[in-house]
Amino acid sequence: MHISEGILSPPVLIGGAVLSAAAVVQGLRELDDEDIPRAAVLTAAFFVASLIHVPVGFSSAHLILNGLLGIILGWAAFPAILVALLLQAVIFNFGGLTVLGVNTFILAVPAVLCRMLFVPVLRRSHTRTAFALVGALAGGLAVTLSGLLGAAAIAASGRGFRPVAGALLAVHLPVIITEALITAGIVSFLSRVKPGMLVRKKK
Amino acid sequence: MAHADPRLRVVTGFVLAMLLAVSQRFDTLLAGLALAAILYVAAELPTEPMRRRLVHLNIFMALLLPFLALHATPSEGAWLPALALSREGAMAALRIVIKGNAIVLVVSALISTMDTPTLGHTLAHLRVPDKLVHLFLFTVRYVEVLHMEYLRVMRGIRARGFRPRANRHTYRTISSLAGMLLVRSFDRSERVLAAMKCRGFRGKFFLLDYFHAARGDFVFGLVALAFAVTLAWMEWI
Repeated sequence: MHISEGILSPPVLIGGAVLSAAAVVQGLRELDDEDIPRAAVLTAAFFVASLIHVPVGFSSAHLILNGLLGIILGWAAFPAILVALLLQAVIFNFGGLTVLGVNTFILAVPAVLCRMLFVPVLRRSHTRTAFALVGALAGGLAVTLSGLLGAAAIAASGRGFRPVAGALLAVHLPVIITEALITAGIVSFLSRVKPGMLVRKKK
Repeated sequence: MAHADPRLRVVTGFVLAMLLAVSQRFDTLLAGLALAAILYVAAELPTEPMRRRLVHLNIFMALLLPFLALHATPSEGAWLPALALSREGAMAALRIVIKGNAIVLVVSALISTMDTPTLGHTLAHLRVPDKLVHLFLFTVRYVEVLHMEYLRVMRGIRARGFRPRANRHTYRTISSLAGMLLVRSFDRSERVLAAMKCRGFRGKFFLLDYFHAARGDFVFGLVALAFAVTLAWMEWI
């Protein structure tokens, strides 16, 4: 998840930055100049969506939707998430600059994974339940993975950090549930309103 | 300082932030914090947003760091409550608090003070890949538009009695809301692209802002370099 400044150790920061940089380059390669307005508007939509809070239990969680972003954008999710995180860091100071690489990696890897796992399934889906199910799986999986990666980054920063990582994972449970439910709803919605967004015809 | 060349500010901010991020010694971190405080005061930032950011950061740390202080040493019994405070863990926690706050102050003072389009242009002049810059600038433009749209829809559903609660109706409503945002964005982007093509867009974007380094920037650069070198010196020599 969004890790703040100052917590991670230098090797983790640098490792995350390098890996993300490589992935962003790959993502940019898949992004034609003509695709930039679409990717930008979707990135902006996700940015705004992440401001939406959903009540869960006694508190509320804010939407992340990286699974969905991955399904729609593929590898371009890396630059998209990088841009969204940069904006968040600069405008709200949420997250951070030094941790930008790591945070991008944490959110974008599950996104791309969701694309690889679920788009083939979506192509063959026809019923509303099927779409909702795939959405739930994608949403839940993406956030779970992000949580695990975040916990791993923190744990890798020092032996004493392990309990912190554990605590972070525990806090994630409600978010995973909400994310699964909402993503299910969105995918189901999109399958009825604009299926072309989920599954693009091969060029 | 708000008039310093944005490129310089971004580079300085980034270098200082990275230096702080990799520093471990307390004297370096405290010096960094002092420097951050000086920059912050010089930047004359509005206090309210800054206060919120710092509160946000410190609450996050206050929640997680006690775990660090309490259980850092393997030899401590894991189940003992507050009494198992370990010196190592407390030091690590303190280090993180100083480091995090210093970095946030530096970044806020130097980088958050410029408006986002300027930041985009600065990044372009700092050789960040063009596509990424254009993605950034476009996104900045549309966040505003979409945020307004989102607020409009929220007002509409609240006017019709919607209150967010932990129930199925809320989840359905939120899903549809988010879905609508996405669909409208998608359609809007296609209209934007079509409009661009009608006006002669052939795939290349052009940037209009250019930056000129002035004498004051040179001084600022030297001072910043001196600070950076000092911090590095304190850390590694």
